[in-house]
Amino acid sequence: MTDSKYFTTTKKGEIFELKAELNSDKKEKKKEAVKKVIASMTVGKDVSALFPDVVNCMQTDNLELKKLVYLYLMNYAKSQPDMAIMAVNTFVKDCEDPNPLIRALAVRTMGCIRVDKITEYLCEPLRKCLKDEDPYVRKTAAVCVAKLHDINAQLVEDQGFLDTLKDLISDSNPMVVANAVAALSEIAESHPNSNLLDLNPQTINKLLTALNECTEWGQIFILDCLANYTPRDDRESQSICERVTPRLSHANSAVVLSAVKVLMKFMEMLPKDLDYYGTLLKKLAPPLVTLLSAEPELQYVALRNINLIVQRRPEILKHEMKVFFVKYNDPIYVKLEKLDIMIRLASQANIAQVLAELKEYATEVDVDFVRKAVRAIGRCAIKVEQSAERCVSTLLDLIQTKVNYVVQEAIVVIKDIFRKYPNKYESVIATLCENLDSLDEPEARAAMIWIVGEYAERIDNADELLESFLEGFHDESTQVQLQLLTAIVKLFLKKPTETQELVQQVLSLATQDSDNPDLRDRGYIYWRLLSTDPVAAKEVVLAEKPLISEETDLIEPTLLEELICHIGTLASVYHKPPSAFVEGSRGVQHKRLPGSAGSGESVESPDTGSAAGVSEAPPAVIPSQGDLLEDLLNLDLTPPTTTGPPPPASSGMQMGAMDLLGGGLDSLLGGDLGGGPAMGTGFGAPPAAMPASFNVPVSGGLDDLFDLGGGVGMPMGVFNPPKTVWLPAMKAKGLEISGTFVRRAGVIQMEMTLTNKAMSVMTDFAIQFNRNSFGLAPAGPLQVLTPLSPNQSIEAALPLSTVGPVMKMEPLNNLQVAVKNNIDVFYFSCQYPISMLFAEDGKMERQVFLATWKDIPNDNESQFQIKDCHLNSDAASNKLQGSNIFTIAKRTVEGQDMLYQSMKLTNGIWVLAELRVQAGNPNYTISLKCRAPEVSQCVFQNYEMVLKN
Amino acid sequence: MIHSLFLINASGDIFLEKHWKSVVSRSVCDYFFEAQERATEPENVPPVIPTPHHYLISVLRHRIYFVAVIQSEVPPLFVIEFLHRVVDTFQDYFGVCTEAAIKDNVVVVYELLEEMLDNGFPLATESNILKELIKPPTILRTMVNTITGSTNVGEQLPTGQLSVVPWRRTGVKYTNNEAYFDVVEEIDAIIDKSGSTITAEIQGVIDACVKLTGMPDLTLSFMNPRLLDDVSFHPCVRFKRWEAERILSFIPPDGNFRLLSYHVSSQNLVAIPVYIKHNITFREGSSQGRFDLTLGPKQTMGKAVESVLVSSQLPRGVLNANLNPSQGTYTFDPVTKMLSWDVGKINPQKLPSLKGTMSLQAGASKPDENPTINIQLKIQQMAISGLKVNRLDMYGEKYKPFKGIKYMTKAGKFQVRT
Repeated sequence: MTDSKYFTTTKKGEIFELKAELNSDKKEKKKEAVKKVIASMTVGKDVSALFPDVVNCMQTDNLELKKLVYLYLMNYAKSQPDMAIMAVNTFVKDCEDPNPLIRALAVRTMGCIRVDKITEYLCEPLRKCLKDEDPYVRKTAAVCVAKLHDINAQLVEDQGFLDTLKDLISDSNPMVVANAVAALSEIAESHPNSNLLDLNPQTINKLLTALNECTEWGQIFILDCLANYTPRDDRESQSICERVTPRLSHANSAVVLSAVKVLMKFMEMLPKDLDYYGTLLKKLAPPLVTLLSAEPELQYVALRNINLIVQRRPEILKHEMKVFFVKYNDPIYVKLEKLDIMIRLASQANIAQVLAELKEYATEVDVDFVRKAVRAIGRCAIKVEQSAERCVSTLLDLIQTKVNYVVQEAIVVIKDIFRKYPNKYESVIATLCENLDSLDEPEARAAMIWIVGEYAERIDNADELLESFLEGFHDESTQVQLQLLTAIVKLFLKKPTETQELVQQVLSLATQDSDNPDLRDRGYIYWRLLSTDPVAAKEVVLAEKPLISEETDLIEPTLLEELICHIGTLASVYHKPPSAFVEGSRGVQHKRLPGSAGSGESVESPDTGSAAGVSEAPPAVIPSQGDLLEDLLNLDLTPPTTTGPPPPASSGMQMGAMDLLGGGLDSLLGGDLGGGPAMGTGFGAPPAAMPASFNVPVSGGLDDLFDLGGGVGMPMGVFNPPKTVWLPAMKAKGLEISGTFVRRAGVIQMEMTLTNKAMSVMTDFAIQFNRNSFGLAPAGPLQVLTPLSPNQSIEAALPLSTVGPVMKMEPLNNLQVAVKNNIDVFYFSCQYPISMLFAEDGKMERQVFLATWKDIPNDNESQFQIKDCHLNSDAASNKLQGSNIFTIAKRTVEGQDMLYQSMKLTNGIWVLAELRVQAGNPNYTISLKCRAPEVSQCVFQNYEMVLKN
Repeated sequence: MIHSLFLINASGDIFLEKHWKSVVSRSVCDYFFEAQERATEPENVPPVIPTPHHYLISVLRHRIYFVAVIQSEVPPLFVIEFLHRVVDTFQDYFGVCTEAAIKDNVVVVYELLEEMLDNGFPLATESNILKELIKPPTILRTMVNTITGSTNVGEQLPTGQLSVVPWRRTGVKYTNNEAYFDVVEEIDAIIDKSGSTITAEIQGVIDACVKLTGMPDLTLSFMNPRLLDDVSFHPCVRFKRWEAERILSFIPPDGNFRLLSYHVSSQNLVAIPVYIKHNITFREGSSQGRFDLTLGPKQTMGKAVESVLVSSQLPRGVLNANLNPSQGTYTFDPVTKMLSWDVGKINPQKLPSLKGTMSLQAGASKPDENPTINIQLKIQQMAISGLKVNRLDMYGEKYKPFKGIKYMTKAGKFQVRT
């Protein structure tokens, strides 16, 4: 006699039979029939046609029958709303039943009937139940409010149920408190800005009291709610931590993880020198380790969270490496997560053990796992410098196994090792080349091609190797094609004599035969570069690459902070903020860790930038492996930008463009090559398809480049003063800064060379200006992302805005600068040419000019002599226009050229000038008229500087 | 909170669904089936699967997938723990948790699920409370019910649900009052080729079977409580007392429960009870491989090592194994390549061994991977960490109960690399 008999009816008139049984007079038969209905319902059969018959069975004293009917009602009320109203009276009656079990059951079921028409009838019984004398009924009613809110939020608010719910937080019964918190949290999720859970020290205290006494599930709700509270000071924070720590010993892993979340968050507020801080750190390790001995599903969630925790506070688990060693029968998703954490915990102290394990894993059966293990060996080499040699030899051992995917994976990571430690391990290239033929995955092929191109001068048959790849060029993936293009151009620049044909071949393949815009564009860029200025091409393509940093996949710090606040939730499993994936994302609030109190860290000054400012600049987050291969120009020239949009004219692109222009046409090949002219035409005449591609806006940078190349756009010969030393190393503990100012496309930039002449590494650069005459201020943080090692120089371009605070300086164009690094703060002052401030729209209408000239009183006019200038008036006019000094009219009177010029400062001041040039006389006379005569001196100096250079 | 639950069997049929909020179409499980197809082994299905509108969180127990559907941001561990609780409850009620048992008791299953969760919030998950609400089916009761027409559903309000000790029902009565505790320790270890321990740790639990009348208050003290620095307690244990005096003080639930679980970490020295000498080799160009295993006791404090079972996943290239055990029996499954050797008890005077040859596919190259050897064993009357109970006292009741403590050591994930 088991329930399976209910599943067996397969006769045709099943529903009809059931209907008859439901209406039977015999109680027993009725109950059997309801059971059959329920059984059909559970397997997804549609038995909604029996609705009225089942509801008729509701008025019974038999508790089981009642429950069964309730079950049915909950499932089908939605599809039969009119019928469901029939059930209302029974609910109202049941809510008054003397038996609290029935009252609770009724209020529970009521909320599950998701029919709008019914809900209004249910408000009164619910109100009564919320104030019921029996806590069992109250706690059930609390949940019912959340259910009702889901169906009809407005109704719940109008009826004042939310206030009643808030009152329940102070209930004497811990279970009621827990359920009220749970219900409020759920409701709050759909009202992110409402102050439903108004947490203050009193409510916190009540929650902490209830925490000790309620069920495990209640504890989870309360802990999650506590985590949203921000304590007033470190003492409150500590006292909450003390009361939460016992939860770390709970048998329910969800309670443990929620407690970990509260502690991780509140710990931020504790001063690090406090004894309790250390104690807390020690207490966190054992429960996390224990989670790893649970079932694999729990382990997985725990590992994802531990991954976050070790990034935030590596000290907690630094001695627990061994628990992350992989057992061969762990499910794959656990294995992969464990590997990730092993690498994060790898340090000089444990690297030998870790490597031995990784080598063991690399011989396992599971391909995904083996690949990741090989990759992990590479990451260890990059992370722990002392181990690099051992890692490389381990990788070579693995390559010897000739297992195809192991070899490919090893080559990909060796490429990264080369980039981290240049000129150290290149001796292994020969071994790598032996395996060239076995590579069939794009990533491995691309890596190998990169290596061949990068070290072309050391590989005798580099051209043959690359040529062999070129044969099937169109069948390769984009990644490989791009890499091949770059590698061959590199090869050409290194060994120009032997490889012209090859490079021409690849350029035409890339530009003419390919449909891929990226490939085509890159091809054209190389083509242009090589044809216009091979020297510049060499500088660009073979530029020194920044070293890659150890942490290739660190989570960005602000995101990490947010995720730490979401420990234990789905967000922590996906490592994404909830706003990125929660359904509908009803304006989920971004949580942040509370600031630390009383710790000695410097406070960001508001000027230096946004929250993720410069002084806490993250270790350069380099793009992931794939990107590394794919971008060439970006990678080689521009520093990765982490905050804000890059300045409109990114320095890398711009520099390339300028060089293209300035460098003229002297060819790298010069006379060395017999075939010079032929080559020249080969490069000089791009295919006919090319102009068409100009119209396709690829990116600002590219357009600029092409525009310039075509000789349109910016005028020739913009004068920029050379860099001068602003801050000598003597005065700045080894930091030397030289720099200059340039104005490009309307953007003022301060270009600096920072040189480290000290013995130690410099990091954390930031810059700030004193108030100055024209309100110059940095428009973004100083982009010095990689640490500056001794004897290294780095170029930094700082875009400036003119909206900063203003104070008149003496001289007018004086600028006082403060630069900070990890060592100290240094001050210097420099003078900028006032032409930096001349706007592009400074050309006045002739009529306006005349009127203005007359309008400005003669007192404001000042005259200067410019001596020893040998330009004629047209040349001078051209030159000045480069600095945004516009010639409006020219008059020749008695052999003397009179140039009338205008310029506009960024703060709106117009300056009018009359420049007199007499043929044969090297001395010019200039008259300046301006409403603010103070600037005249500066403007004059600028004329002198521009004209004489 | 938890929206719906689907139970899916090994062949991919949904054989039960339960919705606590609005009905979620069972087509949502298609995403689960996709993931299942991608996974090579049944246990490799990822526990959290995103779909466009829902998240599927699943556990695999007794070859049944329990798939919970959630819609909003919910702690996944909360869901997984709850699913475990469902499995435990089914096992508790029906003795086994199989598809057949669940189908046989579908009405009870439905009633249980309804009691365990309300609108996605856990309601009654303690087996004591559930048993008061819904009586577990027994043959006798089923018969009585059919004859008298009475039901499984309790008529009383479950009293425990509101008391300060929700885990214990009131009015418990026994004629024989007894309290038994089992200290069970499992060793998880990885031993490398040369026989040295890479990592070893002990997972211990104290399971109790307490059948005591009334409201007894127990204390349990240890000879060496220092060993227990990483513990998880049943909610009945008074944490303050443990912090202060290192004594377990608690009002026990009625019946079987896990009092405490603990973890002796790899930083303490863990005794390894057996050693294994192995020589598994393949020669290049030969279609034969040698297999040679010998087991011996190591640190067992003089206790016998019993129920030893050695298993190993041999490389895919192995066609068959022709072995000769000095004791016990061995089997080799040529399909899964799983070798298992049921050794039984280890006699220190005559060490058990398994020797012979393996045949490989002709012409195939030598396998790359080295098989890992898995060992299961039992040692009675000993907890390998050295944990010992000092005394057990009862307060609050007058009678004198029977008390008993049993120790046992088992191998958990005990793996030897070759």
